[in-house]
Amino acid sequence: MAPEPISPEEARRRKIVGVNAETVTNVTSTDFPGHYPGEDHTWSLEKFTENFSVQYHKNAPHDAVFSLIGLDASIANAFRRILIAEIPTLAIEQVFVHNNTSIVHDEVLAARLGLVPLTANRSGLNWLKYRRRIPNDDIGDAREEEQKGEGATDTNTVVLKLQIECKWAEGIKEGETDPNKLYVNSNVYAKHLVFEPQGSQSKHFPEPDGIVRPVNPDILLAKLRPGQVIDLEMFAVKGIGADHAKFSPVAPATYRLLPTIDIVSPILGNDAKKFARCFPKGVIGLEYVTEEESDVMGGELEGKAGEEKAVVRNTFKDTVSRECLRHDEFKGKVKLGRVRDHFIFSVESTGQFESDRLFLESVAILKMKCVRLKRSLANIMK
Amino acid sequence: MPTVVTNEDHPMENAPEAEANVGTNVEDDYIDLNDQRIRVLPGASETAASFEFESEDHTLGNALRYMIMKNPQVELCGYSIPHPSEAKMNIRIQTYEGTTVYDVLEKGFEDLMSLCDIVTDKFTAERDKFNAKQKA
Repeated sequence: MAPEPISPEEARRRKIVGVNAETVTNVTSTDFPGHYPGEDHTWSLEKFTENFSVQYHKNAPHDAVFSLIGLDASIANAFRRILIAEIPTLAIEQVFVHNNTSIVHDEVLAARLGLVPLTANRSGLNWLKYRRRIPNDDIGDAREEEQKGEGATDTNTVVLKLQIECKWAEGIKEGETDPNKLYVNSNVYAKHLVFEPQGSQSKHFPEPDGIVRPVNPDILLAKLRPGQVIDLEMFAVKGIGADHAKFSPVAPATYRLLPTIDIVSPILGNDAKKFARCFPKGVIGLEYVTEEESDVMGGELEGKAGEEKAVVRNTFKDTVSRECLRHDEFKGKVKLGRVRDHFIFSVESTGQFESDRLFLESVAILKMKCVRLKRSLANIMK
Repeated sequence: MPTVVTNEDHPMENAPEAEANVGTNVEDDYIDLNDQRIRVLPGASETAASFEFESEDHTLGNALRYMIMKNPQVELCGYSIPHPSEAKMNIRIQTYEGTTVYDVLEKGFEDLMSLCDIVTDKFTAERDKFNAKQKA
């Protein structure tokens, strides 16, 4: 059965998710075989290749914005979920407190340390392995072992140290009250974490740029006063966001659908100005009605030459606040929506890897899942 | 009343105790690569079966469901996560005559993999183009 061509109007109707004042319409994907009689929606790699496209909007190491066009939400969502929860990163997992006389409790300080985003030489990070998982049956013994840090080797654990003591500064003026002048080391920052290379790690994390270090050196960890000491040893291991948010490489990874605004019948004069104010700057522009438009007999713009009318400039900037749907003068004149298969991704890396690499990694992980499970499936088919 | 009642219910087993690492075993290297992570649930036939995936969630469930539904030989495909504290995902597949659920599931994996390749290629190309333009 040859697929019947669908009209451009029908194609557009299917492509747009409607956004009304209180409801949404046309939400569910319908591009499945058998949904529309006589139409072919069979998966075809050629068709996908033809329809799928990428647009890049921004590519900073900590913030990438790009559009994936021609995907289904289920696939785009898989990428997003993997970005958040399944890309392995390095974070502090164990803190051994030798001495802590600061007012920050040990466990609070440990939780703070875990959340500090670390970075290092990329090839070194890839070289690093996971700490062997504890088998389920001897979890009791293993827990104890883990607490002692056993099973840790230079290939799976990175050691960091934090040794800092607050002292009175020398030569303080009488009546000085500024803590920064009164004390030395009164603020403990992430930059005070010191990487202690173990075994072959110095080769994989070379000085000075490749060492394991916090992404942002100025994260305040604790405050001290003279005589107070913090002396810690930390083990950083690889983990994934599903286990703990500190392992998530993004903060955050999100997508939104490209908004659409259809001005069904013209909005003119002061209404046009008010209409433009319903949207963020740059979304709606004002244009003068031209002579040609005004000369069309029986047209909606007949005799309106020279008046201002609202035109859609850039829907990318729109937030779909639906403000314009609250005003009676625009009733029936405008239709809001979103493009079903245009995903504007925003990936903000915490700094361990570049944002664009993270996305590619998420695609690779989805593929790897399929490879492994296909192998599992082959076993039961045998 | 029949005198002999065959019990078709399967008793529910308790989860192993002290499951301290629930959720952490999703990771590739955490689990043995030879682990059998797919199981066919009881009551399966060649054209209708439910598969249980260990350590998978909506990430793969929904994506795979979409790819399988794109196959015209499939009558029904759906997925569910029966219980939120068990890291398990079930996929139900029913096919028309002439194919098997196993072939359909395998094709689902293959299609998803080929999709990933296209996404990677196009993304890389577009990013490099964008970077070159920014530099210029």
